[in-house]
This record gives sequence, C-alpha cells and structure tokens, in this order.
Amino acid sequence: MSEPQIAADTRPWRDPARQPFIEIRNITKRFGDFTAVNDVSLGIHRGELFCLLGGSGCGKSTLLRMLAGFETPTEGAILIDGQDMGRVPPDRRPTNMMFQSYALFPHMTVEKNVAYGLLREGMSRREAYARAAEMLKMVKLESFGRRKPHQLSGGQRQRVALARALIKQPKVLLLDEPLGALDKKLREETQFELIRIQETLGVTFIVVTHDQDEAMTLATRIGVMRDGVIEQVGEPREIYENPKSRFVADFIGSVNLFEATVEAAAPDMMRLACPDAGGAVLVPPQTGLTRGQTVWGALRPERITLSRDRPDSARNVLRGTVEDVGYVGHMSTFRVVLDTGRMIRVTEPNNLREGKPISWDERVWASFRPEAFKVLTE
Amino acid sequence: MTGRGWVLPMAVVFGFVFLYAPIISLVVFSFNESRLVTVWGGFSTRWYGELLRDRQILNAAWVSLKVAFWSANLAVIVGTLGAFVLVRMGRFFGRLLLTGMITAPLVMPEVITGLSLLLLFVSMELTLGWPAGRGLTTIIIAHTTFCAAFVAVIAQSRLRDMDESLEEAARDLGAGPVRVFFDITLPVITPALVSGWLLAFTLSLDDLVIASFVSGPGASTLPMVIFSKVRLGVSPDVNALATIIIGIVTIAVLIVGWMLRKQARAGR
Repeated sequence: MSEPQIAADTRPWRDPARQPFIEIRNITKRFGDFTAVNDVSLGIHRGELFCLLGGSGCGKSTLLRMLAGFETPTEGAILIDGQDMGRVPPDRRPTNMMFQSYALFPHMTVEKNVAYGLLREGMSRREAYARAAEMLKMVKLESFGRRKPHQLSGGQRQRVALARALIKQPKVLLLDEPLGALDKKLREETQFELIRIQETLGVTFIVVTHDQDEAMTLATRIGVMRDGVIEQVGEPREIYENPKSRFVADFIGSVNLFEATVEAAAPDMMRLACPDAGGAVLVPPQTGLTRGQTVWGALRPERITLSRDRPDSARNVLRGTVEDVGYVGHMSTFRVVLDTGRMIRVTEPNNLREGKPISWDERVWASFRPEAFKVLTE
Repeated sequence: MTGRGWVLPMAVVFGFVFLYAPIISLVVFSFNESRLVTVWGGFSTRWYGELLRDRQILNAAWVSLKVAFWSANLAVIVGTLGAFVLVRMGRFFGRLLLTGMITAPLVMPEVITGLSLLLLFVSMELTLGWPAGRGLTTIIIAHTTFCAAFVAVIAQSRLRDMDESLEEAARDLGAGPVRVFFDITLPVITPALVSGWLLAFTLSLDDLVIASFVSGPGASTLPMVIFSKVRLGVSPDVNALATIIIGIVTIAVLIVGWMLRKQARAGR
C-alpha cells in the first residue's frame, strides 16, 4: 500500500518528540458512584480537528465539558498551550464551545448573539458589530443580522452558533455534536463547510460525536471512547484498518468477528484454528502471540470476495450459501451462511461485473487475503 | 349522539351561571337608582358619584394600591432569588427545608399566616424596636411573604424549562456569573416575572384576612373597609366599588393569561 508522503508538520502527532498543544493528563471525573471519565490521557496538537467518538454515556461530552470548564475534574490536569486550566473558570479559558442545542440567546438578535463575546471583552459596540458582520459573512448569513434566532432555520442557527463561538478567535473550539440536529443532506454539506472554516482559521477543533461517518470525514484523528476510557486514538484510516480491540472494530463500520486459536507459526505465515470459519486461517506472522492463545479475528465485509468457482490463488477460502442479497445502488450486501453454520456479511461494489450477478441460494466461495484478517487480542 | 347534543350546552350554561351570576347581579345593581338593594329603581351612576366623595373609601383604595405595588415589587425580588437558588445552585444544606418553606404560604390557612406574622411583628417591636407599631409597613411585609411564594413557583417552573446551556454559553463567551444572570437569565424569565408581579399585585389587593391581622390604626386596606361597611348593612356604593375592582382584576388576569400564553409559544 503506497500513499504519498505528507510532511510531518501537517501530522505532528506522528512525531513523538512534539509537545502537544492540549494535554489531558490522567483525567478522572466521578459523579457520586458513577465514573464518567476514567483516567484519560490524551495529547492534541495545534490545528488538529480531533473527534471524540463513542456511544451515549461513554463520557465524551463530560470530557469536552471539562475542557470548557463547566465540570471540574475529580483527578488529573488539563493543560492548554502549556497553561494549567485547573482553577480557570469557563469565562477566562482560551476555549469556546458550540453547544448541541446551539444555545442562541433567544432575546437577542443574530448580530448581538455573535458580537456578545467581544462586547464582554470590552470592545466598543461599533467594532464588535463590524466584526460580527464579518463572521456572519464567513458563514454566509450576512443579511440575517437583524433577525431573532427563532426566525431562522436549523441550519442557519447552526451557522450562527459557529460564528458566535469563533468570533473571539479561541485557541480551541469545542463542538458538541455540531451536526446532530441537521438532516442527512445538510449534514454532509456542513461537514465540508466545517473543514473549510477550520482550515482557513487554523483553530484547533475538538468535536464530540456519536456518528462514525461524521468522525471519519471530519477528523485528523479520532479517539474512540467507551465507558469513560479511550479505547484507541488514531487517524481515521488507522482506526478502520487496524482496530486495536473488538469494540473498536465493531463500532467503526461493520465487521465479521471470529474467535480463533493460535496454532502454528511458520516463518512466512501464521496459522490460526478457527472452527467458525471451518478450519485454518492463514495470516501474516505477528509478534507477541503464543501457541494456544485465544484471539479474535476481524474481517471487514468489503475485504471478502465472492465467486462461483474456487479461486486458485487465494490463501483463505470459505464455502457457503447466499442467504440474502441487499442492493444498495453503488454496492450490494450479501449475507452468506458458511457450511459451519456461521453467518458472515460481504459487500461488493456494483461496478461492471461480468456475467450474471450472484443471487439467492447460490453456493459460493468466499475468499480473502491473509492481511484482511486482523488479529485482535483484546 | 343526540344526548350529547343538549347535555354539553346545558352543562356549559349551568357552569357559567354558577360562576358569573353573582358577579353579574352585583354589576347590575351597582347601576341601581334605588337605595334598597333588592328593588330596581332604574339605571343610574349615582353610587359611583357618591363613591368618589367618600374620603374613607378613597383613602383605603390608595392604601391598598400602595401596599399591592410595593409588595408585588418585593415579592418578585424575593421570589426570583428563592427560585434561582433552588433551581440553579444544586444541592446545599437546608435545600429541602427551603423548598418546603417557600411554598408553605400557598397551603397555609391565611388565618395562621396572619396570626404568626402578627406575633412576629409584635416580638420584633419589643426586641428590635422595628417595625414601630403596625401599619402600612407591616402589611407590605406580610403581603410580600405570601406573594413571594407565588412568584417563586412561577419563576421556578420557567427556570427549569430554560435551557441551561444558554447560561453556559454566556459564561463561555466571557461573562462572569453575575453578568450572566442579568444578561441572560433575567431577560429570558422576564415574562414569567411580569405575570408573577401581576399575580402578586392582584392577590395583595384581594387580601382581607392577613391584612386585618397585621394592620394598625390609619392603615385600612380597601377589603377591610368594605368588610366593615357591609357588616353595618349593604350600601349600594360598595356595589359600585366592587364593580370597579372586578374590572381591574379582570384586566390584570387577562394580561397574565396572555403573557403566559405568549411565553409558552416563545419557549417552544
């Protein structure tokens, strides 16, 4: 797999010597008996668009609120640009937040909402309103300044909230489910709009979301959270291709998970005994595994190829029957029942395929390359 | 179906008669020429004229308006603070007690509220020397006490409905806690406070029992004067006065209702 080399300064997290811009050090937050965030440490670099991804109740919002200063960590410290935020109240932090509900002040006009942060800084009315007009222009709402928030559509309110949160040029912008309240089409457009604005201003963004597609599209890096713990941090591709745990593999995209036992390690190939897959599976050799150890294999549906005839070259081949076919336009999804009784999901792109497409109840061969079978120990 | 056809209108008519017949008869008789309440002597506004010449009633009306104005103002301040503390300050020592106490005047019999306030004022005068005697001040304090309870209930429900992230957003944009209260919280709950003020004003204007306990010589409110007049026999100018009060109260209630509806719509 060859990819163009990108200079290290656009991906500073790849350089371990680099000092992160935001340092979260062993942060724990407990509400009574409930531990919302459990000993999280994380470094986020300047100019990143970092996504905290996880299901509801995983602690991602609590972590964001601690960065904004609305919650005090039970233990641990947060440093922004080298400065300890421990005793700094929310109104003195170099962060601004965009709320999930947008939290536009209902009794103020749009321009006053946007200018509010500057007015509180003591800027003159004229200058603050001039800057607010600039911000509104950036989010393409220049003619809406005199309206009240309730006279705007959901998408327009979202942009006002963004303009208001950005006007003080914060070092860090915190976004809590920024696109959650928008419909699907608008959400896709707005994703790229957010990236454009982030790149133009160079502000560090931290986004909380439960939507994995959103995280994959937006993020420079993703932190997957579960039960108050960060399971994995990485670039979207890394998280998708090399999940570290079953949870991450399952949470990001869809996956077929197999239980297997390490059988033998040949110099070029490792053999796993996988009864569900109907025998042995060959994977590339890996360090840190011992004979007899139980592991999990994650196999992405798009990495499996279906064919009527047994493919000669493939190292891993499974036999099964197509139970169900779903046509989704650009691709088809298959549910194949293996002869072992195990059901797997397979997706294939619908580009020009020769011959008759594979259909219900056909006997098929499902094959995949050794690298496609990701071995997980957690 | 045919059954429902006449039962429902009947029920409505009966309900309206039950509620409004006494009031209507009072309004009608306030325009009665005759001195005898039970005899219709033709239409006249004579009693309204006579009312305007009655110094005692005019004085009492002025006292009542002053009391209602000041106790409504104070009740809005005290009630709002109480509601804010209960809704926004989280858990603190004595919170449950305060919750109970702030609504106690709503359910407490007026006689008990009046009596306990009287005892308080008397013992305060003995130990602190203030308030000196009973009069306008004590009535205002007493009315503030029970009106604040109503304001607190209204303000509490509005505060609970209010999106807390509005206040957080203002904090986030650089406003200190006090600034947030005046910039965001207060304007957002203002409609509730206005209706609370009007309610307090009306309640204060209506009150007879508590005022009777805590008033002193020279500070008789309108309900007190009317009550003592009626005990000596119903005089027609009281009808006229009652009609005017009904008019004022009706307008106030309509305004409160309209404001609450508007607020419900704005709060989506």
